[in-house]
Amino acid sequence: MTEAPDRLTLEGITKRFGPFCANNDVNLQIAEHSIHAILGENGAGKSTLMNIIYGLYTPDAGRILSRGREVTISDPREAMALGIGMVHQHFKQVNTMSVVENVVLGLPGKQILDLGEDRRRVSEMAAELGSAIDPDQLMSTLPIGQQQRVEILKMLYREADLLILDEPTSVLTPNEIESFFKLLRQLRDSGRTILLITHKLDEVMDLSDRVTVMRQGRVEAELEISDTTPRELARVMVGRDVVFDVAHTKPRVGAPVLEVEGISAVDDRGVQALHNLSLKVRGGEILGIVGIDGNGQRELAEAVVGLRELTGGTISISGTDTKSYGPNERKHKLKVGYVPEDRQKVGLDLDSDISLNMVLRGYRQAPYSNFGLMDYARIRTHAEDLAKRYDVRMRGVSQRVRDLSGGNQQKIILAREIEDDPKVLVVSQPTKGLDVGAIEFVQRTLLSQRDEGAGILYISSELDELLLVADRLAVIFKGRIVGELPASEATPEKLGLLMTGRDIHEQG
Amino acid sequence: MFEFLTNPAQLADVLSTALRFSIPLIFAAMGGLLCERAGVFNIALEGQMLFGAFGAAVGGYYFGTAYAGLFVAVGFGVISGLLLAILGITLRVNQIVVGIAIILFATGFTSFMSRLLFPGGGNSLTLEGFGPIAVPFLSDIPIVGGVLFSQNGMVYSALLLVVAVHFLLFRTRAGMSIRAVGESPAAADAAGIHVLRTRYACVITGSALAALGGAYLVLTQVLLFSDNMSAGKGFIALAAIVLGRWQPKVAFLACLLFGFFDAVQLRLQFNNPEIPFQVFAALPYLVSILALVGLMGRASPPSAIGQPYDREMR
Amino acid sequence: MNRGDVRSSAAQTDSETQFQARLLGIIRIVFLLKTVWAVIAALLLGAILILLAGGDPLEGYSALFRGAFADYWGIGDTLVRMSPLLLAGLAVIIPLRAGLFNIGAEGQIYIGALFATIAALYLPEYLPGLVRIVLCIIVGALGGALWATIPGLLKAYRGTNEIITSLLLSYVAVNLIGAVLHMWLIEPGAPYPYSREVPEEVILPIFLPRTQAHVGIMISWIAALVVAVMFWKTTLGQSIQVVGHNKHAAAYAGLNVKRLTVLSFALGGSMGGLAGVFEVLGLKYRLFDHFSPGYGMQGIIVAFLAALNPIGAIFAAIFLGGLQVGAGAMQRATGIDTTMVAALQGLVVLCVALGLALKFHPDRWQRRIVAWRSSR
Repeated sequence: MTEAPDRLTLEGITKRFGPFCANNDVNLQIAEHSIHAILGENGAGKSTLMNIIYGLYTPDAGRILSRGREVTISDPREAMALGIGMVHQHFKQVNTMSVVENVVLGLPGKQILDLGEDRRRVSEMAAELGSAIDPDQLMSTLPIGQQQRVEILKMLYREADLLILDEPTSVLTPNEIESFFKLLRQLRDSGRTILLITHKLDEVMDLSDRVTVMRQGRVEAELEISDTTPRELARVMVGRDVVFDVAHTKPRVGAPVLEVEGISAVDDRGVQALHNLSLKVRGGEILGIVGIDGNGQRELAEAVVGLRELTGGTISISGTDTKSYGPNERKHKLKVGYVPEDRQKVGLDLDSDISLNMVLRGYRQAPYSNFGLMDYARIRTHAEDLAKRYDVRMRGVSQRVRDLSGGNQQKIILAREIEDDPKVLVVSQPTKGLDVGAIEFVQRTLLSQRDEGAGILYISSELDELLLVADRLAVIFKGRIVGELPASEATPEKLGLLMTGRDIHEQG
Repeated sequence: MFEFLTNPAQLADVLSTALRFSIPLIFAAMGGLLCERAGVFNIALEGQMLFGAFGAAVGGYYFGTAYAGLFVAVGFGVISGLLLAILGITLRVNQIVVGIAIILFATGFTSFMSRLLFPGGGNSLTLEGFGPIAVPFLSDIPIVGGVLFSQNGMVYSALLLVVAVHFLLFRTRAGMSIRAVGESPAAADAAGIHVLRTRYACVITGSALAALGGAYLVLTQVLLFSDNMSAGKGFIALAAIVLGRWQPKVAFLACLLFGFFDAVQLRLQFNNPEIPFQVFAALPYLVSILALVGLMGRASPPSAIGQPYDREMR
Repeated sequence: MNRGDVRSSAAQTDSETQFQARLLGIIRIVFLLKTVWAVIAALLLGAILILLAGGDPLEGYSALFRGAFADYWGIGDTLVRMSPLLLAGLAVIIPLRAGLFNIGAEGQIYIGALFATIAALYLPEYLPGLVRIVLCIIVGALGGALWATIPGLLKAYRGTNEIITSLLLSYVAVNLIGAVLHMWLIEPGAPYPYSREVPEEVILPIFLPRTQAHVGIMISWIAALVVAVMFWKTTLGQSIQVVGHNKHAAAYAGLNVKRLTVLSFALGGSMGGLAGVFEVLGLKYRLFDHFSPGYGMQGIIVAFLAALNPIGAIFAAIFLGGLQVGAGAMQRATGIDTTMVAALQGLVVLCVALGLALKFHPDRWQRRIVAWRSSR
């Protein structure tokens, strides 16, 4: 390439967390004025690597060179001084502050605040980035796509010329992604360097100039995009030939098991989150709920399983009106399983052991307790049996769940929710943060439940996943179902329009 | 029973007493508010006031001036703040547990040391205190003059403190950083703010302020030290912070409210000797509880409160 | 995988592996005993205080522990003291297992004592003594539970900070007792406020002759056992702990988090109430104004020392009770003021809190041991 030194070079970076090695001897060269992608599945060590570059983690070994000069980055301040800016997957923003406050936060300047000038510049820069953002708006009230723009603006405001973007498209609809890519190319052409972290092949092929593929904490390959194919990338990323072989047979659809009719509910802050929402799931089919996070998915799931009160409408399960059924009765009498979105905060008691978590929703019933007395021996054998069947990797069932990997934690939840043959299964982001092996396991398990006749409500923000697994798709937008179609007819484009609240037919 | 509210002389007296009673609450509430805005739960206010009271007595007794008392009180406040910071921020012990530990330690330590350091015990002291400073002309206004403009220096400082804390939090860059650290330490860190340093600064300053509240009790009100003399005021200050929704100005009003009820109950005790004084003495505590309960809407504390920040948490 | 790499290195033998495992086991035990280290550290710091007071720490401590544990009467006094401390400790432990801080056990003790006193004075005399005693105990426990229900309800249904409310309610309770004594229960002609004496039939029997050790002490042990069984064996105890670990998971598990919040507070309060009952029926035979020397707050020390274990609380309470009883002996022997023990208690909590920062990470220690062995 050119004579000039690379924008950033990593040599032999290693980082451990306890016994787990997140980055192992990682080498990386990022050329100036390029879009460089880091490709890898969840858990490949991409985010850890980026946090090292940004000074949030300290590497255990290795060195970093910025434009050929060796640097130590032990703090985001130092990264910023080197012109490195990062947009995290979960935005690092203060929701209770305004846009302009978020932008100038942490910048040096006169102690007495006078943000007039900053306000003007923020508006200007936002316009340059192609979006009109009110600098005084509260961060929490911005749509998520806009929040992302603010995050980028924040970095540019600090004159960062190397932008690290961690899974930036995960919060965008397919249609927003187009314009977002345009913005990134525009930034590159104006002299910035972009480091894109992603697990999506097509993004890499579409956008980047060069790609580094990571697997299990190591760099597997570094390739020019013009020299490679998606197939090759996929193989390097996963480490074997990928045949997306979650065998998706035709569903044998039975009678409706879940009928949601015109329900309304409010979210935790009391804002209405579900508006007159209706849907129907039949036994033996998977209904995928498509939508950008925060459009009422969580509330819908909680309403169905009985964790959220309805302000209107009815939910029937196997023909029974659930009005008088609490979460317990729905689980045990109506056989509603629930795999919640936040497995660590909701689905598990991390500070209890595996055996209790295997019966977390059932220990107050026989046979796990009798007359209010726990039968720990039985709980233990039950857990040992389930752990074996679901292949939970552990030291023993008395191990604390907190110390298990995400995949194993998810297996515990699945085992618990599936073992009593649910009629309805509500699963929310079941593969989030899992590696390919665990993802396959989860999807195969859910499909076999479907084939045994369960009706599954499958909520996910991963379009690819839904297209792969679901039989029918329903798009949720602002608490309403705005469109429904068979998975075989769905395309990302069609769904993308619906996800932003536009009707397919309007477009012709 | 409430005729004193219409009697100008008695009313002026009650209001003046109310202001004086609210001063220690204001110091402690502002101190606690600073800690909580930075995301650190300072349940130890009660103990820090006690430390401050003890320090003020030590300084006042050994150096003979009230100013020395203030100085030593601040010293004790800083040490207790450092203790809370090291345990609760750096070592990540549950901040509520640390706070309670500091209170219990302060109670035992000051009661033992006061017997050791003051001949005849803290109760027999007669310290030099701060006298009232009358503001020229203004102090001659009827009622208002007496209430507001012929108080001692610490009263004026407490009022200035409210303005200062408000200004710091909402009009300065440092204040913006403090609020960010309390709301989202990860975001503050990513923006280049020193999270731990900011928290240490706020906790140490806040604890020193709480100690000043205790010093006020000694140096302007009783001029002696007695065991456990903070008597729940630290917790009332905590209630004032919640009631004030973490806004200095509103918390200030809450402190005035609690001080007012304290003054009223004292006047009621005085005017109604036939009724057991405890009936009235319970009033300020009851009012604090009722105020918390009646709080309209759910006040939300800074989101990161009580959570130690660990950058490499996974 | 890393562990495997190191193990396969040439120098490793079976005996070496065994040695390392044993070493790790010893380190684990060192960590398990951290409360003991904390107490020792506090005693050492306390020695400095004794030196400051011009005393001899060895002499002071030996007088203290002899006074508390070395003779029959000392043991009797220590037991008398440990009972309210234990119950106050349980009053803190039960809600804290649900993640709730009850720092108002003091108020629950007073209300329990008040209820028991009223019952003792006004229960009809034709009822047999035992029945009246049992009723007094029940009524007192209920009183404590009711008082604790207030912060519990406020926490559950209004989100009000239970730390503030439970503590402030203690002050209300103390004043309430004073007012009720003045207006109603006071012994006519008493120089300071205390109630009439309770009838002889409801006084708890003494189980150690010639001491004040009353049957209430044994009931407090039984209470600790019951609480321990509740946490070890019952679904209720299990549910309280799930709420304490994670409220969201508890709701997901179908538990009624609000009800459990109130219930754990009420159960805790009933323990505080019992402490009040026994102070009246077992020890003082009257309700005195300000009778508790701060048992409520000291219950927090017991809870921390016991690491929230109800059986551990028995030992923690004996230790603390011994300190308080021995304080007098220490003062008589060395002239060091009894409040030294209050300072010492403060140091104990502080050191225990410090000990909470030390967590045992087997993986980390494993690596350290391996590094140390292979560097030799």
